[in-house]
Amino acid sequence: MLAYTSRRIVYVIPIVLSVALVCFLLVHITPGDPLVAVLPADASQELAAQLRTAYGFDRPLPVQFGLWLWRAIHGDLGNSIATGRPVLSEVMRAVGNTVMLAISAAMIGFTLGLLFGLIAGYFRDTWVDKVATSIAIAGVSLPHYWLGMVLVIIFSVQLNWLPAVGAGPGGSGAWAWDWEHLRYLVLPAITTSVIPMGIVTRTVRALTGDILSQDFVEALRAKGLRETEVFRHVVKNAAPTALAVMGLQLGYMLGGSILIETVFSWPGSGLLLNSAIFQRDLPLLQGTILVLALFFVLLNLLVDIAQAAIDPRIKRS
Amino acid sequence: MSAMSDTALQAVPATKARGYWATVGRRIRRDKVSMACAVILLLIFASALLAPWLHLADPYQGSMIRRLRHIGTPGYPLGTDELGRDMLARLIYGGRLSLVIGILPVILAFGIGTSLGLVAGYVGGKLNTAIMRTVDVFYAFPSVLLAIAISGALGAGITNSIVSLTIVFVPQITRVAESVTTGVRNMDFVEAARASGAGPFTIMRVHMLGNVLGPIFVYATGLISVSMILAAGLSFLGLGTKPPEPEWGLMLNTLRTAIYVNPWVAALPGAMIFAVSICFNLLSDGMRSAMDIRN
Repeated sequence: MLAYTSRRIVYVIPIVLSVALVCFLLVHITPGDPLVAVLPADASQELAAQLRTAYGFDRPLPVQFGLWLWRAIHGDLGNSIATGRPVLSEVMRAVGNTVMLAISAAMIGFTLGLLFGLIAGYFRDTWVDKVATSIAIAGVSLPHYWLGMVLVIIFSVQLNWLPAVGAGPGGSGAWAWDWEHLRYLVLPAITTSVIPMGIVTRTVRALTGDILSQDFVEALRAKGLRETEVFRHVVKNAAPTALAVMGLQLGYMLGGSILIETVFSWPGSGLLLNSAIFQRDLPLLQGTILVLALFFVLLNLLVDIAQAAIDPRIKRS
Repeated sequence: MSAMSDTALQAVPATKARGYWATVGRRIRRDKVSMACAVILLLIFASALLAPWLHLADPYQGSMIRRLRHIGTPGYPLGTDELGRDMLARLIYGGRLSLVIGILPVILAFGIGTSLGLVAGYVGGKLNTAIMRTVDVFYAFPSVLLAIAISGALGAGITNSIVSLTIVFVPQITRVAESVTTGVRNMDFVEAARASGAGPFTIMRVHMLGNVLGPIFVYATGLISVSMILAAGLSFLGLGTKPPEPEWGLMLNTLRTAIYVNPWVAALPGAMIFAVSICFNLLSDGMRSAMDIRN
């Protein structure tokens, strides 16, 4: 297990470096001089030249990348142009809200997905299966930002049960675990949970169907095991793949939250990304994407290791 | 999404080549859900294409005195938007741009990804490693994040959002194509072609392409669903086209302010995106099971 884990970690290093390279290059594919992003609009020629040297923009690109990477490793992702504060602290503050949203959504989406998937796989081609499959396919086809709007229309505008936007009463106050705050989480979390619910349902349904058609299930039944015992074996066999899919989905929720956070003005990393894009705050854009992508890589690594821990077959391959 | 690709990966054995597509066609024509989806999609495509000849109201002509009329108002069957423009006309005209920016990235990625995957899978060795490791890098980003990162860096615009979505889908299609090709490469008929003196290009083009195209095509059809949602999402964020152009994602964004006045009109553009997306998903599922003849 230790050998497998260390091999996986070594394999991640080039990925992390490439991710950093892509994030670095993002600023360089923007039309125009990257300096424009950090330069005040009325800057003189001398100031421009001075800043160019200060930021290293006069150096060759590989050297620039090296310098940028070196600073990034030490936690320095530059300063936000809009606020002047360090990018890393801005991102970290926002990521907490996104993690909270993603985990709440995961609890809803994964629970329903596992339930629907197991039922659909077990009672394949019955009406239960058809209902579960239809819910799943609707879930993966829904433009989630639109679903968010529709939920706001129903539960905020028409019924006036839940707040439409924000993350707490009175603007961006401190979070507390009471109903006054939690009610702000309900609609964004449900909206976020729909896609993972659909994907987990489809995956688990397919897995359950495959496992049930294997010979060993027949053997278990022939041995006289009760159906609940057989079910336990099905769950055990489906677990590694289901876990991998759920890990990936959690990563998508963390990294792809921009649309939902925009709809609900949820103050997470997605909303930060949105404002970075529209204020042309390139250091903030670059930093947010780097942090989110690294989260995603880390999560994938953890899922791989967890998968190998519960399924010994993976280590040998 | 990885779950979808896994089921699409099985290459179609070459022995079934004769009459195979005819069988698949017959099976899919018998599938009621797939046919219903195909009809709905055809209607949406046809109305978008023929919009100028449908005697619709001018989708750009607004009026301050008839803003946000309700669905079913005489003369405005689907109401009017926040600037008093006819919603029916804007939804139908909006299909033109929305469908192009949703589908074109998948078509482009299908071309590029299939070529890359075919070459990587057939040539193998160092070239395979180079292509597939590059692909891995893009998998280190959640696809929404990658699309927004590229689109956000390039700036708003239709071309930029098409480019960014193409970059998002190329790696996914390359992976599927490579995996299918690797499966077909070692089959006897490829060996036979090689033994009879066919060059690598001929083998790929004549002997392998037809065998790998089916699964990749099914996968790409499913991707259109994701692409429609993402493309409209980019416009929704303001990274796609600009007002007053009718486009479903952008319309959804500008109508957000109207949800307290006329909520159901505001929700209409999203319903169009949903309809196209779910139809492509169901069609992709239908094609997959139609092509899976072993069952």
